[in-house]
Amino acid sequence: MGKYNRDLSQNPCHMCMPMGGILALKGIEGAMPLLHGSQGCSTYMRRHIAEHFNEPVDVASSALNEKGTVYGGKTNLKKAMDNVRRVYQPKLIGILTTCLAETIGEDIRQISSEYQAETECECRIVTAATPGYGGTHTEGYWLTLRELLAQLTAPVSKHERINIIVPAALSPADLREIKQCLERFGAEYTLLPDISETMDRPYEDCYGKMAGGGTPLDEIAQMAGSFATLELGGPVDAKLSPGQLLQDSYGVPLYKLPIPIGLANSDQFIEALSAVLNKPVPAAIRRERGLLMDAMIDAHKHSFQVRPVLFGDPELVFALAGFCAENGMFPGVVATGGGSAGWRKAVVELLTDSMNPLDVIEETDMSIVRTRSEVNQVNLAVGPSVGRYLEEQADIPLVRIGFPIQDRLGAQRILSVGYQGTALLLDKMVNCLLERKHKTYRSDLFQAYYQEREVARHELSAS
Amino acid sequence: MGVPSILENRQQSIVFKGRKKQEIRCETDSEAGCVSQRACVYCGARVVLNPVADALHLVHGPIGCASYTWDIRGSLNSGADLYRNSFSTDLKEQDIIFGGEKKLTAALDELIPQFQPPLVFVYSTCVVGVIGDDLDAVCKAASLRYGIPVKPVQSSGFIGSKSAGYRAACDVLFQLIEPPQPVEKDTKRFRLNYLGDFNLAGEAWIIRSYLERIGVTVNVVFTGDSRYEQIRGAANADLNIIQCAGSMHYLAGKLQEAYGIPCLSVSFLGLDDTAETLRAIARHFNDPSIIEQAEALIAEESARVMPTILKYKARLQGKKAAVYVGGGFKAISLIKQFREIGMEVVMIGTQTGRKEEYEKMDSLVNEGAVILDDANPAELERFMLEQGADLLVGGVKERPLAYKLGVAFVDHNHDRKHPLSGYAGAVNFAAEVYSTLGSPVWQAVQGGVRHGQV
Repeated sequence: MGKYNRDLSQNPCHMCMPMGGILALKGIEGAMPLLHGSQGCSTYMRRHIAEHFNEPVDVASSALNEKGTVYGGKTNLKKAMDNVRRVYQPKLIGILTTCLAETIGEDIRQISSEYQAETECECRIVTAATPGYGGTHTEGYWLTLRELLAQLTAPVSKHERINIIVPAALSPADLREIKQCLERFGAEYTLLPDISETMDRPYEDCYGKMAGGGTPLDEIAQMAGSFATLELGGPVDAKLSPGQLLQDSYGVPLYKLPIPIGLANSDQFIEALSAVLNKPVPAAIRRERGLLMDAMIDAHKHSFQVRPVLFGDPELVFALAGFCAENGMFPGVVATGGGSAGWRKAVVELLTDSMNPLDVIEETDMSIVRTRSEVNQVNLAVGPSVGRYLEEQADIPLVRIGFPIQDRLGAQRILSVGYQGTALLLDKMVNCLLERKHKTYRSDLFQAYYQEREVARHELSAS
Repeated sequence: MGVPSILENRQQSIVFKGRKKQEIRCETDSEAGCVSQRACVYCGARVVLNPVADALHLVHGPIGCASYTWDIRGSLNSGADLYRNSFSTDLKEQDIIFGGEKKLTAALDELIPQFQPPLVFVYSTCVVGVIGDDLDAVCKAASLRYGIPVKPVQSSGFIGSKSAGYRAACDVLFQLIEPPQPVEKDTKRFRLNYLGDFNLAGEAWIIRSYLERIGVTVNVVFTGDSRYEQIRGAANADLNIIQCAGSMHYLAGKLQEAYGIPCLSVSFLGLDDTAETLRAIARHFNDPSIIEQAEALIAEESARVMPTILKYKARLQGKKAAVYVGGGFKAISLIKQFREIGMEVVMIGTQTGRKEEYEKMDSLVNEGAVILDDANPAELERFMLEQGADLLVGGVKERPLAYKLGVAFVDHNHDRKHPLSGYAGAVNFAAEVYSTLGSPVWQAVQGGVRHGQV
């Protein structure tokens, strides 16, 4: 296992910072993202997100042109805020910068406070510096959440609501599962962000430009008074961690947990909840745990045949690696477009039992993922739709999970967290292999043994 | 919903057929904060050049620009498939501070020996335009080192609209074209270049087969399934036909000016347009055998598809369509194509239509239809409902909005997987329209937004 990195990218495995910022803002009540930059950024990102969720995705842009680039984009940005307020009447505008705005040195915080003073607008404005060259979409996501907290919270009195902070890779179905789990515990909670309703909307008799749902702004303001934060980001860098900010600024204890995919990862979440809430694990959850163990036993001989390549967001891949290891599905490649040396070390520690050749690669691209997957003879891919090229070109079937999933329907309904979600994911992975097996085992065995026997007979008659 | 209707600055970009005569405002910058559906200069350049199949496409910029455009078009290829890779110099913070030229040189030095492409395109992005990397110099040096064209594409996102990107792409294509080979006198050649087809779902292949059947050779397609060798020889054609005029009329103009190659605007969308196009090409070459074979092809193909088209038409008669697409050519063709299946277009708009294209649309639609330039979701929502549209034609971003409003939808975007050109495409189009308008799902989910009410 080592570095296969080049000083360029061939077929990216990740996206850029403002993308993550949009995903974070889409889970905030009444929030409208506004990209300060050229028009293309917002359009490309809207297209990507709309295809994943099959929902309308409106994102404004300050539509910087040459003039704005040379003389500054203040006028454009202010006009954009005017227009967004008129058409969308948002409760919050989240201004995200892009490569262009950062390179020309736009001071968005200054412009936004000027704007608020000039217009006395009732709408909140939050800003985040998310240049495309500054990091990956997951980093943009965490940073935007951190800015939301930094700009919307202040010391408040203590209360009984627990903070749950979730990563970008989870689906609306995953968030619904997490909420159900909290409700079974009888916990009061604030889920940040919450795309379970905003990015998965029912067909209604009346369409609203702003989706309902999302983390309420008044609850965000109260997050500073919580008795604990559970952050499901696995090994998130402390300087990007929103929970870290709540701990450092307001003393809210932070529990950093992996995404609850897998038995042990789900246990960590449930046990942490039980401990901080000081409540026993509800019977319904205990039963689901038992069902997952039963599913793991049912699957174990098949799962041992699975040699996956895991790729995508670092938090998701980390959780998947733990889940795969506990089922004997020892990966051949574990890769992320972002990550860090710390991430790699954490993943390697999970997989020390493996007898298979293994590459753990951070800051990589899909061409390297493909090459290493072929070298290490993986037989299943697990990750977002960029993996369709493994399927098409290297004949490695893909189980779709994470963001974005653009070539299949139902990304918003994919459930993979908790005991129940884990069992579903396990079935999906194992069945993918079984499907192949049933399709080919007759001809494989015929090829392997029948002709051999024919050959043997010929040799016999010849002698 | 109590939300104000149309923003003041947008009103000049919206006209109604038959109401007070007002010229539509178009070909201007997007209004800030309006949630335009447009993309950027880079997008325009990338979509035009990307189908060049044997070229290496390297994006000089941060990762996002390459991420969002990796194999984004459903352009099919025969053989060469290097274009399906998205290469990026993946600029980081340090590169923005110290410049990205070294990184670009290193990338070219690694990629050219590895893939040995006959041609490299290097796309400029927003930051590159600002930090002042000398793209021309780096590309020129690499070109000399490896003896292949390494072409900078001036596509910094902010320097204009998507149309500016089309022009940047056309400029580069023109540079690749060499002066024509001398032709022997009395040789009858009927050889054309087909501009503005990106071979989505094999469309350029369908059209090429028609042209071959009537005795016309396709010299090169710009740019669907094209190769560097073919592009070099583009000046050896006797005619340019342009389909996607928005992206290609600039290149056709340059070829006419430099090499005297005449051009015809054409459309292979719909039965009438396809037939008229084949006839116009035949008339242009003025050869009895071509004219005869064109008529034979039209008769044969029409007879083959008409029963199916009529079957759908009977079910679709009287339905109303809304159209919001990228360019004017497609919009104009769609008005006619909807008529062929008994439908009227009540709302029509484009991201980058030109004045003369909007005039043409105005002359084709019925009284009361609304015409929009650079519309946004709020306007699309309002006019689909106000005009009582039963169906929207658009791209990925527009689809979920239509569905949420209970409006049927037809994909006319870059990544579709079925051809909509020619006779085969006309059948696919009618079938797709019926598959969405005639779906029993709409009955099952009744209680949604009622058409015609705002």
